[in-house]
Amino acid sequence: MDSTSLEPSLYTVKAVFILDNDGNRLLSKYYDPELYPSMKEQKNFEKNVFNKTHKADNEIAFLEGMTIVYKSSIDLFFYVVGSAQENELMLMSVLNCLFESLSQILRKNVERRCLLDNMEGVFLIVDEIIDGGVILESDPQQVLQKVNYKLMSEPAYGFVLFDYITGNLEGQTDRSQLL
Amino acid sequence: MIKKFDKKDEESGSGSNPFQHLEKSAVLQEARIFNETPINPRRCLHILTKIIYLLNQGEHFGTTEATEAFFAMTRLFQSNDQTLRRMCYLTIKEMANISEDVIIVTSSLTKDMTGKEDVYRGPAIRALCRITDTTMLQAIERYMKQAIVDKVPSVSSSALVSSLHMVKMSYDVVKRWVNEAQEAASSDNIMVQYHALGLLYHLRKNDRLAVTKMLNKFTKSGLKSPFAYCMLIRIASKLLDETEGGHDSPLFDFIESCLRNKNEMVVYEAASAIVHMPNCTARELAPAVSVLQLFCSSPKAALRYAAVRTLNKVAMKHPSAVTACNLDLENLITDSNRSIATLAITTLLKTGSESSVDRLMKQISSFVSEISDEFKVVVVQAISALCQKYPRKHSVMMNFLSNMLRDDGGFDYKRAIVDCIISIIEENPESKETGLAHLCEFIEDCEHTVLATKILHLLGKEGPRTPQPSKYIRFIFNRVVLESEAVRAAAVSALAKFGAQNDDLLPSVLVLMQRCMMDSDDEVRDRATFYMNVLQQKQKALNAAYIFNGLSVSIPGLEKSLHQYTLDPSEKPFDMKSVPLATTPITEQKTEIAPIATSKLPEKLAPSRQDIYQEQLAAIPEFQGLGPLFKSSDPVQLTEAETEYVVRCIKHTFARHMVFQFDCTNTLNDQLLQKVLVQMEPSESYEVIHYIPAPSLPYSQPGSCYTLVRLPDDDPTAVSCTFSCTMKYLVRDCDPNTGEPDDDGYDDEYVLEDLEVTVADHIQKVLKPNFGAAWEEVGDENEKEETFALASVRTLDEAVGNIISFLGMQPCERSDKVPENKNSHVLFLAGVFRGGHDVLVRARLALADGVTMQVTVRSSEETVVDVILASVG
Repeated sequence: MDSTSLEPSLYTVKAVFILDNDGNRLLSKYYDPELYPSMKEQKNFEKNVFNKTHKADNEIAFLEGMTIVYKSSIDLFFYVVGSAQENELMLMSVLNCLFESLSQILRKNVERRCLLDNMEGVFLIVDEIIDGGVILESDPQQVLQKVNYKLMSEPAYGFVLFDYITGNLEGQTDRSQLL
Repeated sequence: MIKKFDKKDEESGSGSNPFQHLEKSAVLQEARIFNETPINPRRCLHILTKIIYLLNQGEHFGTTEATEAFFAMTRLFQSNDQTLRRMCYLTIKEMANISEDVIIVTSSLTKDMTGKEDVYRGPAIRALCRITDTTMLQAIERYMKQAIVDKVPSVSSSALVSSLHMVKMSYDVVKRWVNEAQEAASSDNIMVQYHALGLLYHLRKNDRLAVTKMLNKFTKSGLKSPFAYCMLIRIASKLLDETEGGHDSPLFDFIESCLRNKNEMVVYEAASAIVHMPNCTARELAPAVSVLQLFCSSPKAALRYAAVRTLNKVAMKHPSAVTACNLDLENLITDSNRSIATLAITTLLKTGSESSVDRLMKQISSFVSEISDEFKVVVVQAISALCQKYPRKHSVMMNFLSNMLRDDGGFDYKRAIVDCIISIIEENPESKETGLAHLCEFIEDCEHTVLATKILHLLGKEGPRTPQPSKYIRFIFNRVVLESEAVRAAAVSALAKFGAQNDDLLPSVLVLMQRCMMDSDDEVRDRATFYMNVLQQKQKALNAAYIFNGLSVSIPGLEKSLHQYTLDPSEKPFDMKSVPLATTPITEQKTEIAPIATSKLPEKLAPSRQDIYQEQLAAIPEFQGLGPLFKSSDPVQLTEAETEYVVRCIKHTFARHMVFQFDCTNTLNDQLLQKVLVQMEPSESYEVIHYIPAPSLPYSQPGSCYTLVRLPDDDPTAVSCTFSCTMKYLVRDCDPNTGEPDDDGYDDEYVLEDLEVTVADHIQKVLKPNFGAAWEEVGDENEKEETFALASVRTLDEAVGNIISFLGMQPCERSDKVPENKNSHVLFLAGVFRGGHDVLVRARLALADGVTMQVTVRSSEETVVDVILASVG
């Protein structure tokens, strides 16, 4: 009975991670210091989760005593982990918010290359959605407003070169307006 | 400049990872440009990203290099680039634990947190609180209070969440912000509301009255945030559970009303809360079950999963409540998400009829290899439950289990299967042979030592009593040849049991034993030599004592006694009877239907409850010289729940004394109790020797006081006694908030309920795996027999339960389970009487208009037999 009753707490998310299609970690945050304290355990867990989930897009799984909701997009896999007793829909709302926000800043190109080129934006978005395991925000529009992040997309490098040639190196702050 | 071109080059190799070949040293080298003027935000941003990426990949940064990079980073606060500043905050948070002197950025962060740029304020608060400790928290307290009630939601949320993180570290400081949090809770913003509620609850959770008030307020005013609703439901159900409030309470009404909330998350949380409540009636469950039923057909996999998982829980206790959903569950058994399908099938196995079992088992075996080990364990548990419900289906199940046993799988999964097969064997004698055969096959190729030894032990116990014991010998002896030391040793023990029980097998067993005596491992050789010598004597009593029924002492206790013995050498041989007996676990191999969250904790040999008590009591000087602790009873409540003082008593029995341990809790926050003791007035010739008071009993901190009583020496049959108990103490009134007591107090007393000592307190349970052998071993020297009529008892089950709890002895040979539709039953009980005398009881029960009981008692000591017969009568 004890295992079924949930201590009321704001600490909903145990971990969140983004893997590529080989199961490599691109970003991961663990919020519960007791859950996989060492890097080795974390990576083992991620590998296990990836092996069990990458074949079928099933949205939800239960592994190593943890509820895991996930979503894939082209060559990326997004995971949100909560305890076995956690409200699955709460975890889902975190996952959706993460995915929607990223999809917006990446202009729907939710794939590995584009994500890595905008890694700082990804870090900031995760930071705005979850703080130490507490859901800070679940509305993608609010997240984007708070992050206020400008896309660094491929065509921009043409301008970078242009900037370089014209010697206008510091002028790139307004770059996105040119796009 | 050159870097830009590098980046471009990387770009051309599409699909490569720009961070892939990062070298920590190179990145730290690059970080030197943080010191250049003017600051180049783009490049600095990129380098910060690289640093965070490296940290995220698990790269180790030494303190010196981290500190160096951190200090360089602080320069970047001069730039006004928004993203760069935000990345600085992130870097501060990531490096808070690896760099030294992170507090250097306090003033910069404080400036940002109180500045005009709203975009900076929230994140700055969170970064600041990450590097702040209790002493520094005082300095920023003023800003935190302001931030909590700030009108910008992100600032308020950040402050609330950061406060919550800091509750663990500096509860006393954060506690002072409760008024601000209260104000934030009425915010219009949904997240602020949620975070404020969370913080308020954490600050007040130990004060039940405040939590109740808070719940009343919010359930009346209503909330906007679905998250806050979920939180409120959890708080309400916890409070219901703690206060054991009835289901007519307004809290239950609130939870039920949430079933009609428009947000699915809230509806599910409410349904799940109701399902998890203890003692819910079918009628109260019905609305929750029907919303879950709706969710079963949701297009969202997570919702279907949540619903079916919760229904599965309902089905464990109230299968009939879920029957209405059978059709919806049927649709889910082909769900592409195998977790959902598995849960649906296992739920149906619990609710469906016997006829559907075959079909469902077929369905599940089609995809059992695709699901994760966790769910395979769920399947096995469902099968185990099913076997108890429909014993006739055991052949189908056994077949399925043996197939599962052959598949690959982790230890937990295999253990679940083995446990399940063992429980089937014990429940259904006719399945014994097939079950044992499957297990024999399994240990032929089993990598788990624990399971192999467990099965060998079972074979040793059950094998000799099968019609053809010889066929198991080969499996067992194969282990001796092929396996690791632990398994070989277990195999030798199992062989010995065959030799001891089957005379015709004895010669061949002896031959095998002889081979084992040449084993390379000490333990295996020792066991073989020992058993060889015992078996060659061909004496029943020896076999019973040394082969069938092993040691029954507590292992940590034995270790301690032996250590003590070696410390002061004496001429006397070591007395086995001075060692405290092992307390048999109360839940004995009952097939537990655990929730799917199988605990991952490694099972270590924790000292038993009694060993802990032994240690505690030995630390009290007055109790030295009482000898080893013989038995500790379960706690007995001496007060009603919800009274001013809560007292429970644990009875510790020693060879000639009893110690009563009173665990007292003071639930009044305006009183400090001192010199607390419980005065006891015995009804018989028991003599109170000594009181040991609890010096001080502050609010809600439990304390113990003890009473030492000498048992009457002259009359060994006086085993039961009633004590009237009064708690006496000195009251000092105190300030509820500070706990500061007044200078003087007054004496007071509080009458407790009477405490009974019964025959059960003098007998320790001991499990004799082979009761027959033990019965012969004790012999009929002191045997006595008497017949009783139990007029008030209606069923055999009830009679068996009464006898066991009255005598406090251990039922053996699973004789505590009465087969259905029988009019007679034999109950075997074993125990040790205070002083170390084995005592065995055989009770023949017959049902005819009440229960007639013929009790036969054997013991090594005549008075013990008399005591037991006298107390039964």
